[in-house]
Order: sequence, then C-alpha cells, then structure tokens
Amino acid sequence: MDFRLNDDQQALQEGVRAFCDGQVGLERLHSLCDSGGFDADLWRELAELGVFSLRLAEDRGGVGLGMADAVLVFAELGRRVVPGPLLWTHLAADLVEGAASGITVVGGLDLIQPSADPLLVAHLDRLDVLLLLRADGVHRVDPRSLRAEVVPTPLDPLTPLHWLPTLHAGEHIAGPGVAARLRLEGCALAAAQLFGIAEATQELAVAYALQREQFGRPIGSFQALKHMLADAFVRQEIARAAVYAAGATLDDPLVGDGPRAVAVAKLTAGEAALKNARTCLQVYGGMGYTWEMPCHYYLKRCWVLENEFGGVEEHSERVAAAVEADAAP
Amino acid sequence: MNLRYSEADEKFRSELRAWLAEAVPAHGEPPPSDDWPARRAYDTSWQRKLFDAGYAGINWPAEYGGRDASLTEQLVYYEEIARANAPYIGVNFVGVLHGGPTLVAEGTPEQRARHLPRILRGEEVWCQGFSEPAAGSDLAALKTRAERDGDHYVLNGHKIWCSFAQAADFGEFLVRTDPSAPKHKGISWLILPMDLPGIEIRPLPTLVGEGEFSEVFLEDVRVPVEHRVGDENDGWRVTNVTLRFERGTAFASEMIQLQQFAAELVRVAKATGRWDDASLRRELGHLAAELDALWAMVKYSVCRASQTGVPGLEGSAIKLHYTELYQRIAELGMRILGRAALSRSDVADLPSGMLLAKALQSLSLTIAAGSSQIQRNIIAERIQGLPREPR
Repeated sequence: MDFRLNDDQQALQEGVRAFCDGQVGLERLHSLCDSGGFDADLWRELAELGVFSLRLAEDRGGVGLGMADAVLVFAELGRRVVPGPLLWTHLAADLVEGAASGITVVGGLDLIQPSADPLLVAHLDRLDVLLLLRADGVHRVDPRSLRAEVVPTPLDPLTPLHWLPTLHAGEHIAGPGVAARLRLEGCALAAAQLFGIAEATQELAVAYALQREQFGRPIGSFQALKHMLADAFVRQEIARAAVYAAGATLDDPLVGDGPRAVAVAKLTAGEAALKNARTCLQVYGGMGYTWEMPCHYYLKRCWVLENEFGGVEEHSERVAAAVEADAAP
Repeated sequence: MNLRYSEADEKFRSELRAWLAEAVPAHGEPPPSDDWPARRAYDTSWQRKLFDAGYAGINWPAEYGGRDASLTEQLVYYEEIARANAPYIGVNFVGVLHGGPTLVAEGTPEQRARHLPRILRGEEVWCQGFSEPAAGSDLAALKTRAERDGDHYVLNGHKIWCSFAQAADFGEFLVRTDPSAPKHKGISWLILPMDLPGIEIRPLPTLVGEGEFSEVFLEDVRVPVEHRVGDENDGWRVTNVTLRFERGTAFASEMIQLQQFAAELVRVAKATGRWDDASLRRELGHLAAELDALWAMVKYSVCRASQTGVPGLEGSAIKLHYTELYQRIAELGMRILGRAALSRSDVADLPSGMLLAKALQSLSLTIAAGSSQIQRNIIAERIQGLPREPR
C-alpha cells in the first residue's frame, strides 16, 4: 500500500494546476460569464492538456491513465471552477468519436435514478452530442433535434442551461453496464471537483483572514475565525482522502467496494465544498457578497455539482445500505 | 496511489488472525471495571500473551524487544485486533504507548534496560502524572515542585487525571525543577515509583461513575536523580516527542471499533423499528461515510509518515474529527434506543448498557489529549499559518 501521489501523479497535478492558475484566473472567470462559460481557445488548450483523453487507452490515442489520476486532474479544474462540459466530454472519450481530442463537444443527462426533476441540460448551445444515461444503457442524441427552451438566468453564470419539455429516446449505443460505470466515474469526478472547491475556498479564506485588518489586527488572529478555518481544513483533508480513495478503489476493485467509496467521496466532498465556500464568503464579509469577489462562483458551482450523479439523500442511503450489509449476520 | 496491502502485509495479517482466533476466546471475559487487582491481572496477562506471540510493542524497535512493524503492518495489526474483539490495552496503555516510547527516544541505557522489557512483558504498569488542577490545556503552567536535595529530588504537588494510578508501579511525571525560568523551560520528566513514601492516590469518580482516573498528592516524595529522563529543565521537549504519536495512528483500532459500532446501531435500529425511518437511516449513512473517509485519511497520513518517519501535524485533524464524530455516532445510538437509553444496563433485550457506556465515555474524548479547541488552534497556527494565541 502506498496511498501517496507517485512522481508522475505529482507532475500531472502540478502541470494542470499551473495551466489553470495561469489561464483561468478571476478576470477570466468574469469574462467567461459573457460567453456562457465556454471559450473555444480554452477548450482546445484543455484538450491539448489531456483532460478528455486522460483515461483512453494509449493505442487509441489516449494517455492511458486511471481514475486515481483523473481525480487529481478534476480536483485542479474544481479549484479554479473551470467551466464547460468537461466531465461529460471526458466520460465520452471511448464512446463518441472526437470526444478524446475535444473536437466533439459532449454533454449529458443522468437519468438512471427515476426523478420528476425538470430536464435541464448544461451548455446545450455548444454541444455536438448529448448522452443520456438510462437504466437500459447509454443513448446518443443530436442536440439539434431537441426542442429546448433557454433558462434566462441560470444559478451558476458559468453553467448556462436549457430546459427540455420533452425528450426522445435517441440512439442506444451501449448497455446498462456501461451506463452504470459512467455514472460511477462521473460521480467520482464530480466529487473530485467538489474537493478542489473545498481546498481552494479554504486557501482563499485563510489568505484573506491574514490580510484583512479590523480592530487594528488581522481578522485571522481572532479565535472565532481561526476555529472556523481549522474546521474548513479538516473537511478539506477528509474530502481529499475520500476522493483519492474512490479513485484508487475504482482502479483496483480488490481493495474495497467501489460504489461505497464513490458515495463516501461525493458526500464528504460535497459537504466540504459547500461548507468551505460558505466559510470563505463569511470570512470575506461584505466583499464576499459582491459579484467581483470569487466566493459566489465557488458556491454556485457547488450547487450545480450537488445535483450531478446523485445528491446527499441518495448517497447517504447507499452508505447506510452498505453498513446494513456489514451488520447482517 | 494504491490501497492494496503488500503480500508481506497480508501474510502478517493471516498469521495474526489465526493467533487471535485462538487466543482471544481463551482469555475470557474482562472483570468488573472497579476490581483493580483483577483488571490489572487480566490486562497484563494479555500483554504477556502478546509478548510471547511476538506482537507486543508493535511499533517499538526490535532492539528493545518490539515488533518493529512497518506502518502498514501496524494498520493491519489494529484492524485485526479490533475485528477479533481482542482485550483492550487497558492498564498497559501508558507504559506501552507513552512512557515506553519516551524511554526509547530519550531514556538512558540503564533506564531502558530496567523498564522496557518489563513493560512489554506486562510485568510493569505505568500511569501518567501530567495534568494539574490549574494546568489543563495550559499544561506548561504546572506547579508541582521538584527541589534538588543532593542526589534526590523532593516532590510536592497535586496531580489530576492520572490514568491507571490505582494499578501502577511507575508513573511518568512532569515536575517543575526551575520556577524562575520561563514556564516551558523549567520542567523535567521523571520516572516516579508509585510506592514511594509521601504519595497518596485518591480515585476520581467521573460522570461514568467509576473509571481509570485518580488524583495523586505528593508530599516530600524523595526521588533519586537518576530517575530523570532527558536533561534537567528539558522535560517539555521530552514530552512533545511522544505527544504527537498520541494524536496520529493511536486511534486506528478505535476507528475500526467505531465502524463495528455503526453496524451494531443498524441491528438495534431494526430491533426498535427505527430503521424504517429514512431520515435516521440517512443520518447513519452520512456518519458512516465520514468514518470511511476518516479511515482513508489515516491511511493517507500513515503512508506519508512512513516516508518522513514522524506523524504529521494532520494527526490533530484526525484526532479532532474522530472524537467529534464518535460523539455524534454515540448520540445517534441514544436516539435509536429511544427510552431504552434511560437505562445504563441492558433492558428489554436491547444493548443499552454498551451503547450508554460508549455515549458517556465519549464525552471525555474531546477533552483528553488536547481538547478540540486546542487542536483547532494547532491546525490554524501550525498548518494554516494564522497568528498565534498568547502562551
């Protein structure tokens, strides 16, 4: 057992972080709001970085890495709330021609669990292919064939939405096993992005608390804030361990129960992201409530990701069922 | 990044599991908690069995009789000890996990030779004499005096929260040897034979009703100078050598037990009909998820420590989260029991005795070994770099 990042993983993490820090700063996020969270240049650079081809086999033109590597990459994308249909295009790499290279932009809807929620699709205007995960498998839909109404004010300004009043079946391209696997992997990668948000907001909050002065001293010297920030750090580290464990468990099913590890990752990273983003906003005070500061982008993305691949209720039921199985005589 | 134990680790596991399968049932049920002679006999004879089988001092160096197990083997050890429901380390706690490792790190060859083999064999029981009524979180404010008189120290003072003092042969005691120095610089670390004249032990009943704690009163207790570990006035540093270990992997076994406890809560919830309640089920699922994640964090921390050789500061984060999570799970257990939680003995075929014992004992966890508030200060100041509190 060596549950640390190996040298290649550290290099991968540092490479993606350097790219995101350089290309997706706060000013870029502000300007991306005007282009619906999508920028063709940024998309091409992410493709060149290997975000979409990361887990495609090398003999098919991919990088040939695993889920333990992918969670590191998606944590970095979460740290900078990088927008776009990144996750679905990544998931589609071995199903849809052109997805791995980013030439085909892929979006998706997870419909495996029955739900009465409205069908809201992200980034529909930019999609070449829409994937539907259903209980009977994966379906492919041409976005131009859909009747869609634009949502005028999406919660996350970097995740534009369309509402589909109806939805046709589409072309069945893979069976239920593939659909279930994509959902599990998608859930782990959403958890990774949430962990990235938890880490970034913890760091932003600490930096602000050290610099902002009130009553003649840095607000980070007040124990009320220190303890809030320490709790944020603990949540971040719990989420990190859960997300890394989910990646490692999906790569090597012999070490544990993959679906349970993924549910644990989504729950703990979701909670860490939401609470840390709130902590960040609170530490920023009035400035945290402004559009100019980054806090709101993080918090809004948390709410988007919470709704991807199952929320708190589903995943806590799943873990409860796993404990129930442990308890069986 | 991989979570698979090596073949050597798995071989170690299967040998240990086979040994435990015979040894644990053969050792019998623990005696009543207020019968100290019986408790000492039960705990120390188990320690002797561990020693004879080669499992005593799992993290101690081989040259002092320990197993010198790798950190991943230690994780396997704690997993198997918990799964086999093996006897708790009990009265051996301070000697094996705290005093002994301190002697390994800082003791003289004579001190090591005299104490370490006897601790490992269960022939010598240790207690701790650190806290005082006016020195809790601010431990360095301790006042117990040790005045030099020739080749002896003369001790006067009042210690509190001394674990296992009723059963102990020796104590690890922090005393003030230089009252004029700054508070962290005038402390020494002493091995105190508990049978010396002038030592009075008064059991300190806790909210549980009995327990392992005592107050110790010292009146003109003469201790030979060669019982000091480390230099005079260097006791604070000596103490900190082992304090970190208390906050790192030391909780590993308890975490596995807490996972078993969560499974037990499912059985109780089915018996009380509360498992049908979705909100309760989800609450338990959420707590169990945090426990899984915490266990992953222990593995992450252990793998990092196996490179650096010392537990990292994240031990504070693990301690903080583990203890608060324990209390939340225990309190959920009380809600699952409903009115049966009003009984501290089993009632109506429900295990309220065990559940209430956990719920009450868990209240000490966020106070002992550095309170949750102290852990938050440590995390904020030493990891996150926030300004320091006065000290």
